[in-house]
Amino acid sequence: MKFLNEFRCAFPARSQNEALARAALSAFLIPSDPTAQELADLRTVISEAVTNAIVHGYRNCSGDVSLCLRMLPERTIYIRVSDKGCGIPDIEKAMTPLYTSAPEEERAGLGFAIMQEFTDSLHVRSTSGTGTTLIMRRKLGTPHEQD
Amino acid sequence: MKIHYNTDNAQLLVFLDGELDHHRSALLRNEIDSAVYAHMPEKLILDFQNVSFMDSSGIGLIMGRYKLIQPMGAEMFIQNVSPYISRVLRLAGMERLAKISEGVNA
Repeated sequence: MKFLNEFRCAFPARSQNEALARAALSAFLIPSDPTAQELADLRTVISEAVTNAIVHGYRNCSGDVSLCLRMLPERTIYIRVSDKGCGIPDIEKAMTPLYTSAPEEERAGLGFAIMQEFTDSLHVRSTSGTGTTLIMRRKLGTPHEQD
Repeated sequence: MKIHYNTDNAQLLVFLDGELDHHRSALLRNEIDSAVYAHMPEKLILDFQNVSFMDSSGIGLIMGRYKLIQPMGAEMFIQNVSPYISRVLRLAGMERLAKISEGVNA
């Protein structure tokens, strides 16, 4: 895949690293001069994806969350978040708004709904026992259109 | 996070701050619940003036507190929300659980 820039990292599935993922995304996006809303939307999106990996993927085990950020042509940001955790047995069910497999942890069941709302496309690949990969894309507005 | 209880009108005012993600929300919920049990307020007001980020974990925090106070007959108010926070709250349908205002509740 042709890309203009790329950033890759991996970190242990610990909740304090959710902020780290958001900070990495912000730093990666700043040279593209996103609007405040685009930045806020994408920070929310990456936070949801990384939280899912930590709360659900590595629910019963530990491991790393891998992050890959790419700036594609035409100001399209590509975000890939993957884990080698337990996988999602039923993706369609997992994506149903308000459904959560972890109500005892006060999960709202809105992670996928927010990721879908705040991106242009969302792809989920998951194999039971092997892990889950989320790939999202969002096209940023052109800088001179911004306020 | 600061929590203030007003005995005159039985309002518990919770000044949330920082980034309400999964990590932080897990730390805050016990602190808020302790104050709710200690005062048994008639109104729980969540102030978002100093909240710079919120994802669905913050929504989970709000829903959890609503489930706690609703059987007590208390009402929930959410105030001082930025347009960004408001967007996430409305996407989650939080206006059905609480009165949401961009300023301070009367």
